[in-house]
Amino acid sequence: MGKYIFKRFLMMLVTIFIIATLTFFLMHAVPGSPLESDRNTNETVQANLERFYKLDQPLHIQYLSYMQSIVTFDFGPSIKDPNRTVNELLARGFPISFELGIITILVAVVSGIILGTMAALRHNKMIDYAAMAFAVIGISIPNFVLATVLIQQLAVNWNLFPPATWTSPMHMVLPVLALATGPMAIIARLTRSSMLEVLTQDYIKMARAKGIKPMRIVLRHALRNALMPVVTIMGTLLAGILTGTFVIEKIFAIPGMGKYFVDSINNRDYPVIMGTTVFYSAFLIFMLFLVDIVYGILDPRIKLHKKEGDV
Amino acid sequence: MTGKQIAEELARTRLEDGAEIDAVDHTGKRGKIVKPKKRKTVTDERILSVQDLHVTFNTYGGTVQAVRGVNFDLYKGETLAIVGESGCGKSVTSNAIMGLVQQPPGKISSKGVHFKTQDLTKLSKKEMRKIQGVDISMIFQDPMTALNPTLTIGEQLTEGVKQHKNLNKAQAKERAIDMLKLVGIPNPEERLKQYPHQFSGGMRQRIVIAIALICEPELLIADEPTTALDVTIQAQILELFEEIQAKTGVSIILITHDLGVVAKIADRIAVMYAGKVIETGDKREIFYNPQHPYTKGLLNSVPRLDLAGGELKPIDGTPPDLFAPPTGCPFAARCPFSMDVCTNVYPEVTALSETHKVDCWLQDPRAQKLIDEQAFAR
Repeated sequence: MGKYIFKRFLMMLVTIFIIATLTFFLMHAVPGSPLESDRNTNETVQANLERFYKLDQPLHIQYLSYMQSIVTFDFGPSIKDPNRTVNELLARGFPISFELGIITILVAVVSGIILGTMAALRHNKMIDYAAMAFAVIGISIPNFVLATVLIQQLAVNWNLFPPATWTSPMHMVLPVLALATGPMAIIARLTRSSMLEVLTQDYIKMARAKGIKPMRIVLRHALRNALMPVVTIMGTLLAGILTGTFVIEKIFAIPGMGKYFVDSINNRDYPVIMGTTVFYSAFLIFMLFLVDIVYGILDPRIKLHKKEGDV
Repeated sequence: MTGKQIAEELARTRLEDGAEIDAVDHTGKRGKIVKPKKRKTVTDERILSVQDLHVTFNTYGGTVQAVRGVNFDLYKGETLAIVGESGCGKSVTSNAIMGLVQQPPGKISSKGVHFKTQDLTKLSKKEMRKIQGVDISMIFQDPMTALNPTLTIGEQLTEGVKQHKNLNKAQAKERAIDMLKLVGIPNPEERLKQYPHQFSGGMRQRIVIAIALICEPELLIADEPTTALDVTIQAQILELFEEIQAKTGVSIILITHDLGVVAKIADRIAVMYAGKVIETGDKREIFYNPQHPYTKGLLNSVPRLDLAGGELKPIDGTPPDLFAPPTGCPFAARCPFSMDVCTNVYPEVTALSETHKVDCWLQDPRAQKLIDEQAFAR
């Protein structure tokens, strides 16, 4: 296991290196620079600024210094807001974005699995139809549309929840709901179809023939096998939720990382772009790694590592 | 008799058949029993009685009449083989007895499926669960799919006894180890922690058998237990069945289309065709004196070493459509002896002996002339 994790860790470093390189060159391929503004600045001042931020140097020198900043995890100050370093922005924004993301994932996975399982167990009955109608709606509505509808109805018209910001659990309800509905619907549909398939398997019939209680058959025998496809798409869903947080944070005025990320690209704020991109991708890659580990736990046939003496 | 004792006994009697040993017999009575020389005893205690069992399935294409009035009895210690080609209702019959037919789309009606004194068709699902795996166990065809790939062998073995017999973890484990020894799996302690994919097909079928036997059932339904195995393993598994039956006195319903298997271990045979039992009798009667043309055809289509140069004679045609089964004898369309009456009226049961019964118009005295003519023509 240790060897496997070490190998995966090396792979993760390589991936991050590639992402950072691509980001760097894409970022510089975009016209404009962080120092451009509507006002006419004095040419010497402009040149001095460029020298200060090392923007006057050849691209490969800049690339090397950026790489150095990634290795030391010190991205320096933001160009647009020189009073703050990129690390400060991350330290402030990340915990909030992380909270939003994790709560969303938990809500989506747990409710999606429950909904899908119930639909499968009541196949072609009322619960099944209702759950699947709900799932289709959930998949079809984009999260930003859902977010505005939720704010209008639940916050403004009915005054049930606060419409914006991230200060108390009550504030979390609407953003999490807006962000989790899509992934939840996908998980529910997937769980349902794979559960239906698993329930026809011989080993389920055998468990029935053993007189095992239905609850145990579903939870112990069927669910674990039915969850394999769900784990498979978790990678994609995680990426979706991560990008979803940018939009949702904007709509609900949540002071997470997403705001800095989007603003930095608009401003060509190179250090912030590099910092947030590398951080986001490192986080996503780590989550995908966790997904692979879960895979191995769910299905013993998938071996993450070679053990001696195995057939 | 506990699994452990059985295992010990097996080990001993492999050396000396006919030894006198101290053991608890199947009903729980302790005492000296003389082990018969690897021969089981069929008693006249009736364990299962199936009367006029019908099973239908509602599908989009219409109603399939999978089982259309099946009758048979099974006695303690006996092996009954249900034989027939694919789709004749063998498996559905066993699933119906076992309570594994999903209703709907399935529908079961009968004049009673009595296990000892209980009518299985009248039990609730909850009451049925107290019989499933405890009094009646089932062995499935394909050991590659019958075991859950994500649970250890140990868990799959012990969950039944834990639930039904209220054993704690240690007791259940001990029992599981005994069962693995009984079915001949080496290193049982180690093996309990392993997953199905770490076993070969034959080993898995042994495990499936161990799971079926762990609660000491009185009736074992084996649905094509050797079909998915290669021939050498088949022989081993059949021997295991015989040994276990000799030790525990369990009754076995063996569902198969393999007459070789039947010849080896069955006491009595029921031949099924198109959802009906068309002929039943003890092994000798069916093999040496088959009466139904279908049974004859079935026996003719088995390769034989003793008849050199002979060609296999397959039965022409295909079984009838069970969406709309014929009113008369379902075999009439394929039967070389078919008469007008056959296509219109289903034949009555003719008892040739106490055990040998056949549903065929050829048994009618009026048909005798025709048979003679046909035999002459051949």
